[in-house]
Amino acid sequence: MQFPKYFNFWHKLGMHSLRLTAWAVLAFLMLPILVIIPLSFNVEPYFSFTEGMLAFDPDAYSLKWYAEIINDDKWILAIKNSFLIGAAATVIATVLGTLAAIGLSRADMPLQRMIMAILLSPMIVPLIITAAGMYFFYTQLGLAGSYLGVIIAHAALGTPFVIITVNAALSGFDYSLVRASLGMGASPSYTFFKVIMPLIRPGVISGSLFAFITSFDEVVVILFLAGPEQRTIPRQMFSGLREQINPTILAVAVLLVVVSALLLLTIEYLRARGERIRTGQIS
Amino acid sequence: MSQAELTAAHTAASFNEDSGVDSGLTPEEKRQSKRNLRRRKLIATAFVIPLIVFVLIAFIAPIGTMLYRSVYHPTVAQLIPETLQALQSWDESGNSIPDTATLNVFAKELHYLAKERRSGKLAEEINRGLPGSSSTIKSSARKLKKLDEATLTSEGGEHLLAAKKQWQDVRIWRTMKSSGEIFTDSFYLTATDLTRNEQGEIVARDTNIYIKLFAKSLKIALLITFLTAAIGFPLAYYLATAPAKVANTLMVFVLLPFWTSLLVRTTAWIAILQTNGVVNDFLMALHIISEPIEMLYTQFSTVIAMTHILLPFMILPLYSVMKGIDPSYFRAALSLGAKPLSAFCRIYFPMTLPGLSAGALLVFIISIGYYITPALVGGTDGQMISNIIAFHMQSSNNWELAAALGSILLILITLLYWIYDRLVGVSNIKLG
Amino acid sequence: MKHLKRFGAALALCTAMSPAMAEQFTAVSFGGAYGAAQQKHMLDPFMEKTGHKILFENYSGGIAELKAQVESGNILWDVVDVEVIDLERACSEGLLEVFPQDTLPPGDDGVAAKDDFIPQALANECGVGNIIWTILYAYNQDTIKGGNPNSIDDFFNTQKFPGKRALRKRPQVNLEWALIADGVPKNEVYDLLSTDEGQARAFAKLDTIKNDLVWFDSWSQVPQLLNDGGAIMAQSANGRIFDAIQKDNKPFEMVWDAHVYDLDVWAVVRGSKKKEVAEEFIRFATGSKPESGMQDVAYGPTRKSAYAYMDDAILPKLPSAHLDEGLKASGEFWADYGESLGEKFNEWLLN
Repeated sequence: MQFPKYFNFWHKLGMHSLRLTAWAVLAFLMLPILVIIPLSFNVEPYFSFTEGMLAFDPDAYSLKWYAEIINDDKWILAIKNSFLIGAAATVIATVLGTLAAIGLSRADMPLQRMIMAILLSPMIVPLIITAAGMYFFYTQLGLAGSYLGVIIAHAALGTPFVIITVNAALSGFDYSLVRASLGMGASPSYTFFKVIMPLIRPGVISGSLFAFITSFDEVVVILFLAGPEQRTIPRQMFSGLREQINPTILAVAVLLVVVSALLLLTIEYLRARGERIRTGQIS
Repeated sequence: MSQAELTAAHTAASFNEDSGVDSGLTPEEKRQSKRNLRRRKLIATAFVIPLIVFVLIAFIAPIGTMLYRSVYHPTVAQLIPETLQALQSWDESGNSIPDTATLNVFAKELHYLAKERRSGKLAEEINRGLPGSSSTIKSSARKLKKLDEATLTSEGGEHLLAAKKQWQDVRIWRTMKSSGEIFTDSFYLTATDLTRNEQGEIVARDTNIYIKLFAKSLKIALLITFLTAAIGFPLAYYLATAPAKVANTLMVFVLLPFWTSLLVRTTAWIAILQTNGVVNDFLMALHIISEPIEMLYTQFSTVIAMTHILLPFMILPLYSVMKGIDPSYFRAALSLGAKPLSAFCRIYFPMTLPGLSAGALLVFIISIGYYITPALVGGTDGQMISNIIAFHMQSSNNWELAAALGSILLILITLLYWIYDRLVGVSNIKLG
Repeated sequence: MKHLKRFGAALALCTAMSPAMAEQFTAVSFGGAYGAAQQKHMLDPFMEKTGHKILFENYSGGIAELKAQVESGNILWDVVDVEVIDLERACSEGLLEVFPQDTLPPGDDGVAAKDDFIPQALANECGVGNIIWTILYAYNQDTIKGGNPNSIDDFFNTQKFPGKRALRKRPQVNLEWALIADGVPKNEVYDLLSTDEGQARAFAKLDTIKNDLVWFDSWSQVPQLLNDGGAIMAQSANGRIFDAIQKDNKPFEMVWDAHVYDLDVWAVVRGSKKKEVAEEFIRFATGSKPESGMQDVAYGPTRKSAYAYMDDAILPKLPSAHLDEGLKASGEFWADYGESLGEKFNEWLLN
């Protein structure tokens, strides 16, 4: 590392220890996630490293827990449910959230700040409160224990993320473009899809990915609202962790890390793109 | 100035412009511009309305239902309406139990409840007001179930008194009368470890559970906030001062955990901290310890796992604020001979405060209502207020108490949320 | 016309088939080795025979979840495996449907159901006995120090046997054990527990080991706890330990002193929309052959005719061979006191 000339010994020591600390914190962030990867290939039905594993004995490793996922109807149902509920909730959250973000970004929006605070509140209210309230209310409506109920609940939880990302994408948006488009005789829907949409698309997509992961990862509302038919991956993991811990959960966990990594890369790509669009580097 | 404030200022500006104050416009033009403004407001609102309606139904109404349930409790009134009617004229401040006619009415109602298999519900409700009374009600109900209506009408009271001596005690009747109220503050009293004494005054309960739990949750949340700040700060600083390419690569290591399922991360901590887990194995292999340490299912495991899970919420706002600080200030101070520590404390640190407060508030808000991680790794010791709410929802089936505890927590969160909105602006939450 | 005819024929076919139409319902039990045995001998054969589909869920006992479903009207389960210790309460609180016991088929040897079942199996109107099992404690020979425990006193003796003990997180059985370990004769346990003094005494005894206790929710956690060193001794359903010894060669040992034996029943959740098919399942699952399959986890059958299908070697390992050492769990006591002792227990846990 290059230091400025005015740095004395203590400055340098400070910088070195800073770097060391930073790396230690990064290790703290990453190691727990990395450690489950080898454990998921454990041939033994436990969560701990065996001697064979540490000696890199190939016999100590196996893919059987991954096979277990595929062969277990419950996991298959949970995987299907997670994607189905996640996708449906994402569509609702994205459509409603994008529209609302556009409306809210207009300076003319009355009570803008208060409405924003209310619309973003599902993100802040503790899930246990949301889940308890939904249990009371959705049961009265007959929505508890149904796909529709769970989808609506997850959509509500996902909308704040869409609002935030679309709102950010709109922060540099010049509404005179809309006026120009409308002024030149374009229809409102044409204007929406051809003028607004291309500019906010990265925000919309990353918002929808956030909404998806919110649903995909959510378990508290599911615990209260879902019936056995609507079991999702996190619900299945939760009961597994409470009842009988075995490496199938770790295998699922590793697969989920892969899904997260893919979503993250997509988001980062979109963010970089969005940045370039806003700063005008892409026409 | 936060973004929301900017927007608000912008709103004000555009309003002035549109309303045409001193702009020398004709009245017709002014009217036209007012109409335009109204139209634009309407359009903007039309975009937001669908979501408002949706959120009202899907989210706000449930929360409202919960608030309502914390005070509305008609169960007992529905189970024994006639007894409650008869108890109206009974003076509960005296030391005598209700008259025979009332006892007969109650005996008959209890008989029918037992037949319909609903006496258990009554027992459960009364037991909440007077612990230990559920067995009195249940075993009496079992005995009264066998009698016929004529006997009950004439001598039900006698049979009742004969069934259990506890019916001679005025307290059970007082409890029945007070649980019969449809709107009640009793769940809020219980939730704050208070109760009403025989004179109806509010006094402290003998057992102190919920206040302690709230205090413990606050303590754990504060500790986690402090820890995330303490370890998040150096990393954020390092990332903010590192070359862009390095920073972007390392940022992935912050964001990947952020994007990884909460349950995956909690699972990982179980694998790490359990008795035969990675940490114990490692320490024992190095002969640092000879016996495994109990780390899982303690408050310690709750704190460390939650610190890990919430760390990105601290790093992201810190990083974005630090990115915006011109490093030359700090360097200038150093090159002018300031001691690094004092330069840091007096120059750099104050500039990071917006990020630090944003991160700290967010971490605090999220951690105080956390449920999943304490439930899975917390054991008995590491439980937080959310866990007791879940317990009353799922295990003790005391939904009204759960609602009251939830409402108190909600008030606390709303307050913090309001502060967050003032300081940071809700729409500025960093998502990566 | 031709189309219409074909349509009519199809319609007739549908109607004819509808009684046998495959339905899906949810059965709930305790998972682990016991759940696996039920899946193999009760659920799978039933699904194969009838074409119905069963979603098999786990729970950890108690009546809370049943109660939440019935009281909110959000019925998610159809058939549930209930411990008799909870059955009286669940039934008297209206959480279960009354089961028409006269529809139970005779045993495979032709003996009428009411004579084939042991009396306790049909003692409650809401359920049909499914197994005889017991709660005892077990220890891990590799991790125990201080010799081999052989009585309930040893469970409470932290001087002689230092280390963590695991108990199920509920008052049932724990309070009985505390009193027995405190010197109360087994036949007086429930009378004494009905009094405030007796309850205080039981909690005081539990206090003596409180710092050495770890709590679990579900029976299926026990083998893991003993294996991982999370506990040196653990309360368990006998079948779980039997399975771990038998299948995984675990160095576990059972202690039969003061075991609390009980039945499990199959029952229908009140308000289930699949009541008919749920009852059909119960009639099937409590048949002689499926019953005998519970020997896989050393649980005894509730039908005498099931013994014909069983391995004689297993008989001494069943709870029925150890009744003298045990105490019969009282469903009636827990129906009356489950509520208040549950609350006391939770308060005790938190303090």
